[in-house]
Amino acid sequence: MRDERADGRARVQAEPFDAGAELARLTAGSRRIGGVALFVGLVRDFSQGHAVEKILFEHFPGMTGAKLAELREAAIGRFGLVDLLVVHRCGELAPGDQIVLIAAAAEHRAAAFAACSWCIDELKRTVPIWKKEHAPDGAVWLEAHP
Amino acid sequence: MKLTVRYFAVLRERAGVESEVVAWDGPAPDVARLREHLAAREPVLGGLLRSGSLLVAVNREYAAPGTPLRDGDEVAFLPPVSGG
Repeated sequence: MRDERADGRARVQAEPFDAGAELARLTAGSRRIGGVALFVGLVRDFSQGHAVEKILFEHFPGMTGAKLAELREAAIGRFGLVDLLVVHRCGELAPGDQIVLIAAAAEHRAAAFAACSWCIDELKRTVPIWKKEHAPDGAVWLEAHP
Repeated sequence: MKLTVRYFAVLRERAGVESEVVAWDGPAPDVARLREHLAAREPVLGGLLRSGSLLVAVNREYAAPGTPLRDGDEVAFLPPVSGG
C-alpha cells in the first residue's frame, strides 16, 4: 500500500527502496544540483542494552503521506533546495533493513547537509509513525527516539 | 452529533479497537472535552489520553485542545510519534 504525494517524492511504503535508483531519479531532471546529501536509517540489532529481533512500524494512512509532503516542501523552502526526496517504510522490519531515506539536493553542499539533518529530526517529531520494538523478552511501543 | 474516534499504536492496542463512533448529546465539545470524556469512560485509556505528550488530529490535521468539533469529524488520538 502506497501513500504518495508530490510525484512520489514524499511517500510511505512497505517495500524496500533502492537508494541508487532514487538518487538517479531525483537528479535526472536538473543541471542545477551541485550536491546531494543522503540519510538512510537502518534497523539495529540492539537498543539501549538489549537485543532487537524486529520492529513493527505503524502509520496513519491518509495523514502520513500529507505530513511527509509538508515536510518536503518546508525543507525545500527553508534551505533553498533544488529538490528533496523522503521515503519511509512501514510494516515489520528486521535488523539491517532500511527504514527511511532522505535525499536533499542543493546547489551547494552546506544546504544539502543541513536540510538532510533537519529533515530527519523534524520527521521524528511530526510525522505520525510509531515503532514497536520486539525483543526476546517482549515487545514495547517506543516513545521518541534520540 | 456523531464523531469518529481513531486510536493508534499503544492506544489502539489498549483500546482493543482501531476506531469507534461516539454519539455526543448537548453542546458540541472541543478536543479537550472529548478527550476527558473518553479518559473518564475508559479507565484503561485514562493515563495515555491525559498524557501531556499525546497528539490529536482532527480530520488529519494536528489540533489544539480548544479546537471545536463538528458533526462527522474524525478525531485521532496519537501517542508520541517515533518514526525514523
